[in-house]
Amino acid sequence: MDRIPILQMGRALLITIQVDMHDQLALALEEDLAAKIASSGARGVLIDISSLEIIDSFIGRMLDNIAGVSRLMDAETVVVGMRPAVAITLVELGLSLSGVRTALNVDRGMAIIQQRLHDYEIADGD
Amino acid sequence: MAKAPMSDLPKILREHESQILDQWLRLLTQNVRTGRGRITERELQDQCRDFLAELRDAIEGGNLDDIRTGSFDRLRDMLGHISRSRAAQGFTPSETAIFVFSLKQPVFEMMKSETASAESWAFGMLLDQLGLYSMEEFLKRREEVILRQQQEIAELSTPVVKLWNGILALPLIGTLDSSRTQVVMENLLQSIVQEGAEIAIIDITGVPTVDTLVAQHLLKTVAAARLMGADCIISGIRPQIAQTMVHLGVELNVASKASLADAFALALHQTGRRVTRISSNDAKTSGISRGSAPGGLTGQANIGS
Repeated sequence: MDRIPILQMGRALLITIQVDMHDQLALALEEDLAAKIASSGARGVLIDISSLEIIDSFIGRMLDNIAGVSRLMDAETVVVGMRPAVAITLVELGLSLSGVRTALNVDRGMAIIQQRLHDYEIADGD
Repeated sequence: MAKAPMSDLPKILREHESQILDQWLRLLTQNVRTGRGRITERELQDQCRDFLAELRDAIEGGNLDDIRTGSFDRLRDMLGHISRSRAAQGFTPSETAIFVFSLKQPVFEMMKSETASAESWAFGMLLDQLGLYSMEEFLKRREEVILRQQQEIAELSTPVVKLWNGILALPLIGTLDSSRTQVVMENLLQSIVQEGAEIAIIDITGVPTVDTLVAQHLLKTVAAARLMGADCIISGIRPQIAQTMVHLGVELNVASKASLADAFALALHQTGRRVTRISSNDAKTSGISRGSAPGGLTGQANIGS
């Protein structure tokens, strides 16, 4: 079965979803990500969905779940690159992904994560 | 029913054409006000004569029952054209309908004198059908106008304005219904992508009432913008509207400011910018030529953090 690769960049994890998300793939991603956060000690997760044209209610909920799982393991999730049509669909479905941080593109998303990592280092340095 | 013997009607119409026409026109001018740039008496006369001629041709074959058949094609086209132009010229519905219906009286009078029997019934029915058709065309034209106006209003009233690099404003004017919300949302999201905006200010000064439905539409727009990574600020909530919203129990869980200016100040603050007054000397030297190009943080009024 296909799996979505999770790349590590320092203390951030980078996930670029470039295939159509089906339910099994999303479930596998959630599992893989939890394991990866645990093993790598990552503090930020960036999920790029700019090439996703269709997000159904299940995938929408999975994004929310993934963010919830990551938060429990002290990593912040930023979803970036959502298309306008997808955003409208999610809102119409009643999913506003209130637990997920969002950003317009990878650049902005990375800035959010870097900021958090930066805050962390200061805290660590105390 | 009226098919069996060759109908007398075409003959009546032909032989008494001028009398019928005269009386019809007299009735019409009593009921339809000409002039005022709408239609001249001359035009009305031409229309009547042409209509009568087409009517005669149409019923020549003896068919008085169904105006949807082929022999009525030209008459229908003509009547449709007349009715639509009436709608465009601003005639009332009854002024339009009277065009066909007032033909009854003159023709019936001719029939009496000619002792044409059961045909009067059939002819009455025929004119009724034509009258209904005329109304349909009239209304169709009116509806086209309404539809076009709706589209124009929807397009006109949803501009997205760029206030500064990364800051957009969306001044909403008029009631927010679901179809407009859709247009607003699409425009806003598209602009967020184009401009790479971080903050969108939704100004509702021009929204006359905010009920629970409108609030829901607003919240949807805010949620969609947030999914695109842009924060929203709502501004321009008038005092009465604020009271109504609280009474209705409507809650907008977003930053809201009284005026667009306040919202813009907050947006600048959130993006790490600050507006400062420059000294009068600087203003003289650099005032106009430097301008305040977006992003020119060292320019006239803006200093980056």
